[in-house]
Amino acid sequence: MEKFVELSQVSKHFDTKQGRFQALSDVNLSIARGEFVALIGHSGCGKSTVLNLIAGLLDADSGGLICNGREIDGPGPERAVVFQNHSLLPWMTCFANVYLAVERVFGRDHSKAELKSRTEQALQMVGLSHASHKYPNEISGGMKQRVGIARALAMQPKVLLMDEPFGALDALTRAHLQDELLRIVTQTQSTVVMVTHDVDEAVLLSDRIVMMSNGPAATVGDILQVDLPRPRDRLALANDAQYHAYRSAVLEFLYQRQQRPAA
Amino acid sequence: MNAPLKVPAPVPQPVSAWQRLSPSRSTLLNLARAVLAPLLGLLLFLLVWAAIASRSEGLPGPWSTWQAALLLFADPFYDNGPNDMGIGWNILHSLGRVGIGFGLAALVGIPLGFAIGRFAFLNGMLSPIISLLRPVSPLAWLPIGLLVFEAAGPASIWVIFISSIWPIILNTAAGVASVPQDYLNVARVLKLSEFKVLTRILFPAVLPHLMTGIRLAIGVAWLVIVAAEMLTGGTGLGFWVWDEWNNLNVEHILIAIIIVGLVGLALEQSLVWLAKRFDYAS
Repeated sequence: MEKFVELSQVSKHFDTKQGRFQALSDVNLSIARGEFVALIGHSGCGKSTVLNLIAGLLDADSGGLICNGREIDGPGPERAVVFQNHSLLPWMTCFANVYLAVERVFGRDHSKAELKSRTEQALQMVGLSHASHKYPNEISGGMKQRVGIARALAMQPKVLLMDEPFGALDALTRAHLQDELLRIVTQTQSTVVMVTHDVDEAVLLSDRIVMMSNGPAATVGDILQVDLPRPRDRLALANDAQYHAYRSAVLEFLYQRQQRPAA
Repeated sequence: MNAPLKVPAPVPQPVSAWQRLSPSRSTLLNLARAVLAPLLGLLLFLLVWAAIASRSEGLPGPWSTWQAALLLFADPFYDNGPNDMGIGWNILHSLGRVGIGFGLAALVGIPLGFAIGRFAFLNGMLSPIISLLRPVSPLAWLPIGLLVFEAAGPASIWVIFISSIWPIILNTAAGVASVPQDYLNVARVLKLSEFKVLTRILFPAVLPHLMTGIRLAIGVAWLVIVAAEMLTGGTGLGFWVWDEWNNLNVEHILIAIIIVGLVGLALEQSLVWLAKRFDYAS
């Protein structure tokens, strides 16, 4: 398998008021180009930490992180992040929020008109052309998250990192955005790493589901290969035996092999 | 808010005259509450003032003060030399000093606040000095100003500067330190240049805090200018108050107090209005 993103023997600790907390230890993970990988686990298991390490927002204590043949050293636009709480800048319109990213990545060798059309294309891809001149506080939570996805995709990243992107949304909006993400990822052939705690979301979207053991010193507990044919259809899969088998496997891991830690 | 906005939509069925009147009746009530209460308070204030004045030897009542004010504002911009100017000139001189002193404080304080908020080391270096100097009464700085500048005008500007710089520095620094990590993470993922981080993220995020600092600073500056001018003399509202005290013209002192209050209120309200324009819900 081609190793596009590779984590080998990665460990990470945090210094808290209660002392040293070993979040991750010896995490090994390889992700191929164009693959959709979901990280799932109980809250506090360090799945977001893994994502932030790949993003470069955190530095690992030990171990190696490689993306596209290069050591990960700090954040960069080739590893775009869709944040859990959208993180749009409230003083800019949706267009300006996306444009800021486009300008940063393509500003050197593209004209203003090209940058604008790239921005418009990205907003169109998430179906928000009509809202491009609105401010984030004027649109719904689902729309904000779509702008966040547009901002990340507009950078044409090598890897798209998503940290529970739909966690704060209601069930219907979440389903709608999952379907759109499926379509967009097929269209752009993106490599995606998504943190989620939603079993259905993980099975529906992923090629592989990485199940994390509970912390402290969390690591990769098991990896499930999801061989459902694409394009995937939510309604058809609802009665699909294979889909339910994958779903049960993840549930079994989460609720039998990794008991929920005392919340 | 305007009370009429709360009137419910007309009901599509026949209603009695009384029912149709009832919304406008509550509107009237709201209006009465909004206008009547302050008016009543003002009236009571004037009555108490008049009552005290009638029993006092020197304190003029509201009516004679009003008469004096009419006379004073009939010609606000006469100029009979540096110690005898119209009330308009005195107000403008005071405002001018506040403007210059505050402007310089903003020019120094805002960049300093940004630097302190962004670099913990600088914060550690400067915070003991700021904590030491901030509680000092502004007028204690006046002799230093007179010594260094050897003139009354610059000395009072110096006092304004030194008393209004602290709220600007502290609020700016607190604003920079409280910029949500999410916004900074966006900047890190995009690898924005330090200039873009400043103009696109830090400055807009800090602006509401900065406006609070500016509002506090202007308030302090306006409080201090009257006292500073009393001591330095020359022109300005503070000097005028002291001059009229020497002339035993108590009406003018009372007028000055009201003017100081009104100008302070106007400054405060215009900054509140300005701050609202820069406030965005996230």
